[in-house]
Amino acid sequence: MELVTPGFGLIFWQLVTFLIVLFLLTKFAWKPIMNALRERETSIENALSAAEKAKLEMQGLKTENEKLLAEARLERDKILKEASDAGNALVENARNKANEEGSRMIAQAREAIENEKRAAITEVKNMAAALSVDIAERILRKELNDPQAQQALAQDYIREVTLN
Amino acid sequence: MKKLFILLFSFLTITAQAASSEGEEFKPGEMITHHIADDYTWYFADGVVLYLPVILIDNGQVNVFSSSNFYNEAHEVVPYKGYVMEHGHIYRANAAGEASEDKAGLYDFSITKNVASMFVSVALMFFVFFSISGSYKKNAGRAPRGMQSFFEPIVIFIRDEIAKANIGPKYERYMPYLLTVFFFIWFNNLLGLMPGGANLTGNIAVTLVLAAMTLLITVFSGNKSYWGHIFATPGVPKWLAPIMIPVELIGIFTKPFSLMVRLFANITAGHIIILSLFSLIFIFKSVAVGPLSVAFAVFMNFLELFVALLQAYIFTLLSAMYFGGAVEEHDHVDDMGHGDGGH
Repeated sequence: MELVTPGFGLIFWQLVTFLIVLFLLTKFAWKPIMNALRERETSIENALSAAEKAKLEMQGLKTENEKLLAEARLERDKILKEASDAGNALVENARNKANEEGSRMIAQAREAIENEKRAAITEVKNMAAALSVDIAERILRKELNDPQAQQALAQDYIREVTLN
Repeated sequence: MKKLFILLFSFLTITAQAASSEGEEFKPGEMITHHIADDYTWYFADGVVLYLPVILIDNGQVNVFSSSNFYNEAHEVVPYKGYVMEHGHIYRANAAGEASEDKAGLYDFSITKNVASMFVSVALMFFVFFSISGSYKKNAGRAPRGMQSFFEPIVIFIRDEIAKANIGPKYERYMPYLLTVFFFIWFNNLLGLMPGGANLTGNIAVTLVLAAMTLLITVFSGNKSYWGHIFATPGVPKWLAPIMIPVELIGIFTKPFSLMVRLFANITAGHIIILSLFSLIFIFKSVAVGPLSVAFAVFMNFLELFVALLQAYIFTLLSAMYFGGAVEEHDHVDDMGHGDGGH
């Protein structure tokens, strides 16, 4: 019975002490501790979510970079292709022009040659004509020294005239 | 487990009684009762005794003196100032120097062994938790260190697993009480296991106060649905009210009553078992029993270390459950009398 009979004094001291302990620990220990725990938990949570956000951002940046890089690569290829096309076109153009010029020059030369030839032939013809006249004059002069021959010639002309 | 304790205990007390009935000088029953009961002196070892102050209020008159006044040089109990100490209580002395039956108006506020031990535990708690609180201020936002890292998981466990899980969103109001009661019980359980320690948490007065606190907090935080369950239990026909209301009202008190008895009985039983095991040596008057007794006592001590924590946990957990039942906004009946599982 002794064990299960609460002592009055102990109840009193226990009550007083426990209430004081409850009050003091609440004020100076539990509240600061609970607040510190909560603050730390929120800060950790914030840090984690910030890290997650940063990771996502990094991922975004990376994909963007990759996109940019791909675009740049495409652009480079395009520029290279354009440049090479332009170069080819230039070469082609030049070749065509050269060909054209060549043909034109050849044609000109041919024409000039033709002209020269024609002039030369004309000159040859003229010279031949002069020479013929000269030769004929000389022959005639020599032939007509003889009066008989003159006669014969005159006869010939007359014959020709009558024939006309 | 408790049943095993009781069985073991009853077996041991039977042998103890058998031994004392033979007229032996050593009386284990008395020795054990003396050890687990409150006292006006704090006895550590032979010759190392702390005489604690006696505070008596006798019809409004305060009397303060040392309990050493009750002992003479031969260490015999003698009356002092008209008071006499008998069986751990102080009575008015009658003409013959014996305890008188007249106790009216005599209140004993002595700083007994239990009270002194409680002061020690409270000082320890203040030291521990104030310094932890300080370290939270010092390494704010950083990882805990030293003592802080030992107690932090416990505080978080009480918050998350006991308070949040059983009380719900309004848990924060009850945290100071739950933390205080948990550490108060645990510290005192452990101090009680120390050599020379007092059996504070195995004292019914202490558990009575703790249980009464839980009762008061539960009753004062009871909301409409809590009282609704008591005075108009949902799902129960009206004509049963004359039976149901008294039953529910008794239920309000049986819950903390079970808290009171559970803690008291578990801690006291542990002390009794260890003391009984040691008593065996003196009962059998044989050195051969020594190693066996010591082995059992060591085992029991380890078990008691666990029980010290377990009982603190159970008290806190059940308190949280009662608070949870009081503040819960429930419309269902399935959790009636929940959580009042015995240990």
